Amino acid sequence: MTSRTATGSRPPVLLAIPAMIGLAFLVLPLIGLVVRAPWSDAGSILRGADAWLALRLSLITATIATALVLLLGVPLAWLLARPGGRFRSLLRAVITVPLVLPPVVGGVALFTVLGRSGIIGRPLYELTGFAFPFTPYAVVLAQAFVALPYLVLAVEGALRAADRRYEDAAQTLGARPVTVFWRVTVPLIGPGIASGAVLAWARALGEFGATITFAGNFPGTTQTMPLAVYLALQTDPDAALLLSVLLLAVSVAVLAVLRDRWVRSW
Amino acid sequence: MINNSGLNAGTISGRWIGNSMINSRLQKMIMIIAGVLLAIAATGCGDQQPASGRPTAGTSASAVTGKITVLAAASLTESFSTIGKNFEQAHPGSTVTFSFGSSATLATEVNQGAPADVLATADERTMKLVTDAGNASAKPAIFATNTLEIAVPAGNPGHVTGLADFADPKYKTALCAKEVPCGAAAQKVFADAKITPKPVSYETDVKAALQKVEQNEVDAALVYKTDVAAAGDKVHGIDFPEASSVVNQYPLVALKDAKNPDGAAAFVAYVRSAAGQQVLQAAGFGKP
Repeated sequence: MTSRTATGSRPPVLLAIPAMIGLAFLVLPLIGLVVRAPWSDAGSILRGADAWLALRLSLITATIATALVLLLGVPLAWLLARPGGRFRSLLRAVITVPLVLPPVVGGVALFTVLGRSGIIGRPLYELTGFAFPFTPYAVVLAQAFVALPYLVLAVEGALRAADRRYEDAAQTLGARPVTVFWRVTVPLIGPGIASGAVLAWARALGEFGATITFAGNFPGTTQTMPLAVYLALQTDPDAALLLSVLLLAVSVAVLAVLRDRWVRSW
Repeated sequence: MINNSGLNAGTISGRWIGNSMINSRLQKMIMIIAGVLLAIAATGCGDQQPASGRPTAGTSASAVTGKITVLAAASLTESFSTIGKNFEQAHPGSTVTFSFGSSATLATEVNQGAPADVLATADERTMKLVTDAGNASAKPAIFATNTLEIAVPAGNPGHVTGLADFADPKYKTALCAKEVPCGAAAQKVFADAKITPKPVSYETDVKAALQKVEQNEVDAALVYKTDVAAAGDKVHGIDFPEASSVVNQYPLVALKDAKNPDGAAAFVAYVRSAAGQQVLQAAGFGKP
């Protein structure tokens, strides 16, 4: 921290070296994937219908999960960012738990509530004959569970940085709290919401542990791309490499497009 | 955990670089994620620590000492842990360290040069990956067999009676995916019985299939007999006559690059001895 005053905007070498190593640590494995992928057999491997089914399912469920996360996460972040909440540190700890919880444990936890024998799942099953596990709904729930904290923390940060005087002014002018929230607060923190949603979408797309635990694995219904990659790895590492590159390409493309269109201030 | 000190660090670095609060949040999150990743990486490496202990005593089989590293199929977790303890008692001065995992993964690890003395897999297909690569010190020996069994939740709430119920969509059933050994075995059982199963899920390994039964989320799953035995009261096993058509053979071998060849040979012999066989058969494994 002492170098803060020494050099202007140029980062000191002492920081640039570990930063470059860090960048290489993140980027080299991805380059490795692309380099080692069996491009000559790509056509025959990708023609397998399961891969496309899995990719389609992944894109659809991750998008619905993101919508769900937005619906629940923005109000939650608002609650978390409100000044003077007594239980705020506890609330934040609870919201952060899925970030550190092994996803498999998250899947088991979902079972205890929404499974066929779960606290809510059992009466639901006895009344309607419907159970969440092994359905695409379960995939969405598993993805939303792990992705929600990413959005909440991003939006909370934006809310804290936002200038509260606009809200106060709107309130003084007679707007109801709900109107203030939708017409003032949400536009004010738009970039924060967008970047949180992108993070959540990316996390949902990569979700593996909670999905395999809570939703199972059936091609076309619950087999998402990460599950397809994992299973391919057991018998056909070449196919796994290629599927990984495909998922990587799709995610990077979508993130790049989103960034250009909506997340300008990122 | 994510405490205040982490938050402060994020905020300070954010201000220092001169970005907005949003970015400091993102940075904080990235720091958290990086921390978690590092922790995972550290644990992962720990599992594969080289066997540093060299045999210090003489070379006679009766005086086996030093560290013996054994890679073994996940289905051997309970029985091999017991055998390891018994072995250490029979050979004072020796330590047996295990790494349990999917047979295919273990075979890949050996071929990539993982430092290990003994390998035991759940089928001959995965062992062949190692023998073909020339990494075994001898011909692998079959030391146990395993067959499939229908696992149902305690009390059999779905009233499953036999293999034919797997073809009825009325029953929610789970199978292992055909890519993993238990799934390959299940496929063969159904093919031999001329039954087309209609499961709700193809699980990624046998323990995942078993877990769905334990949670009462499926009415039945096809798993190994030994997994039913290891699961205790939560799971009940139903034998079916068609099971005998597919018997998994478990091979084990001392590895060519073993750091402790005497220990490796002694451990292989011990697993095949009466004392080792007794533990395996108590766990539900069949005789070789």
